Amino acid sequence: MAEPSSQPAEAAEAVQTPVSALARRIEAQIQGLRRLSSPPHELAYELAAEALLGTCRVLRDSPELRFEMLMDVAGVDFLHYGLDEWQTNGATRTGFSRGRQTFKPPDPDMPGRFAVVYQLLSVSRNARLRLRVRCADTREPAVDSLIEVWASANWFEREVFDLFGILFRGHPDLRRILTDYGFIGNPFRKDFPLIGNVETRYDPEKKRVVYEPVSIVPRVLAPKVIRHDNRYEPALKTPELPR
Amino acid sequence: MASNAESQVAEIRNYTMNFGPQHPSAHGVLRLVLEMDGEVIRRADPHIGLLHRGTEKLAESKPFNQSIGYMDRLDYVSMMCNEHAYVLAIERLLGIVPPPRAQYVRVLFDEITRILNHLMWLGAHALDIGAMTVFLLCFKEREELMDVYEAVSGTRMHATYYRPGGVYRDLPESMPKYQPSKWRSRKEVDRLNETRSGSMLDFIEAFAARFPTCVADYETLLTDNRIWKQRTVNIGVVSPERAMQLGFSGPMLRGSGIVWDLRKKEPYEVYGRLDFDIPVGTNGDCYDRYLVRIEELRQSTRIIRQCVDWLRRNPGPVMVADRKVRAPRREEMKGDMESLIHHFKFFTEGYEVPGGETYAAVEAPKGEFGIYLVSDGANKPYRVKCRAPGFAHLAALEEMVRGHMLADVVAVIGTQDIVFGEIDR
Repeated sequence: MAEPSSQPAEAAEAVQTPVSALARRIEAQIQGLRRLSSPPHELAYELAAEALLGTCRVLRDSPELRFEMLMDVAGVDFLHYGLDEWQTNGATRTGFSRGRQTFKPPDPDMPGRFAVVYQLLSVSRNARLRLRVRCADTREPAVDSLIEVWASANWFEREVFDLFGILFRGHPDLRRILTDYGFIGNPFRKDFPLIGNVETRYDPEKKRVVYEPVSIVPRVLAPKVIRHDNRYEPALKTPELPR
Repeated sequence: MASNAESQVAEIRNYTMNFGPQHPSAHGVLRLVLEMDGEVIRRADPHIGLLHRGTEKLAESKPFNQSIGYMDRLDYVSMMCNEHAYVLAIERLLGIVPPPRAQYVRVLFDEITRILNHLMWLGAHALDIGAMTVFLLCFKEREELMDVYEAVSGTRMHATYYRPGGVYRDLPESMPKYQPSKWRSRKEVDRLNETRSGSMLDFIEAFAARFPTCVADYETLLTDNRIWKQRTVNIGVVSPERAMQLGFSGPMLRGSGIVWDLRKKEPYEVYGRLDFDIPVGTNGDCYDRYLVRIEELRQSTRIIRQCVDWLRRNPGPVMVADRKVRAPRREEMKGDMESLIHHFKFFTEGYEVPGGETYAAVEAPKGEFGIYLVSDGANKPYRVKCRAPGFAHLAALEEMVRGHMLADVVAVIGTQDIVFGEIDR
């Protein structure tokens, strides 16, 4: 019979592997990584999509790294990155002109639009790592599935496929997961409207639930504003803009 | 005779059964398509998303502060822990650290939330596999903690209490009291108000003093209960290796014997200064996970006691002084034009978070709840991804129930502590 053993507080190796030491170990073993800027105590790399599967195998199996766990997979759509909705036409002596302008929609086929971000965790080394992969083809974004490296990739990748339409090569069961049966579109893409395309109601005549085009008009409640705050000026210049 | 028996055997074959989405043991809106051989599960395909609200997309359309309330609604039985991860992520990008008192208040409420969550889990799990009394006992204590939530934030559940830079306000000096009514006599009301005469810290302290006895009561009902053991021991066994492969976290991971708790391993806020233990299981079955969570109830009580003690001795601010992330006080606003403008801008436009990305994770009661936040320097997050612990756990449901009986599916769903608010998001 199982008796849970209590670990005294002192016995737990609470020390996280320092980011600098971790970065040294990783860069010694794996080439072709580009370090991304991130807050202190976090380590993030971008790598080429072709190298993903091999890199992840090394990260999991190398005795120095041992990233046993894949904690999360997130898709990111960089289509509207760095664009704000607040543009004043000019300043006069009496003040700024009014008006909110929505930006001109960028080219949806923009290269490097989609990225997949992986959060790795090493329980034995007490370390975390973030990997980012950009999909080379925007029209048909695809990356390799990590399901053979970490089983938890299964649903995480299904979710990214559902919400962003990014394909995972080698995934055995790439079905939609969060959206409705028969849903059309990829809702988390930036060019998918917040209010969606269809609404649903019960039709008493047809005696079933019907789908219709949305009847409400989308509107922006609080415009997206980017202000160049002096305090963050160096930080603002660093994020990796996709273009 | 023989041919008759053969034809009867031939009639039995695999069939598919729909479990949920409206089933009391499905813990919400889980539709489980089960392929069964007699009463044995051959394949289980969970269909999720019936509660998908697009929280992450909604968060992208609003200034940072306006999404804190959405986080409560993800895992709606451990509300403040979700807020905590979101607020931590914003703080990391802003580069601000809340004052120590705010950190202690957060830890205090994280642990209250853990007890809230585990009581809900224990009650529902026990009810699912046939023990009614535990449910009623758990909800009795849960109600007290809900009152604490209400006293501090104004709502019983969706608190929106944590803010970037601290917490919304300091702990109140008094607790709401029961009033005599047609249904409650003066004598009864006096008994109920006994612990409510002092400040909130007094009330919490009284709760922490009493609660270990309650945990002992739950254990009396369950731990050595023959039926409870028959339903949980060796059910849904997960080896430590598989638990890591499947992305488990929290009690699900610790139940399989892996010593991993973010409060110890990546101490955030003031967990590094507090004294508590991490319970770990050995067999990785439902019974071990039950024991782990029961012990966590006790450890949380220990942390609460230490927090109460510290908070009593150390008054101070509960919010950073930086006016960029903190709204001016109401009184200042009435008399000072600058504050009025500031207040207006704060609640319409919000604040701009410097560009960059971060992943902030907290040890939520169910496991690792993380927020991956990308900012492009605007007043709204560019991308928010919620890493819900239950999502990875439910993904492993098929592996855990394959070969078990139908009734064990309910035990496994219970042990996973599934809440659809966070899984479907």
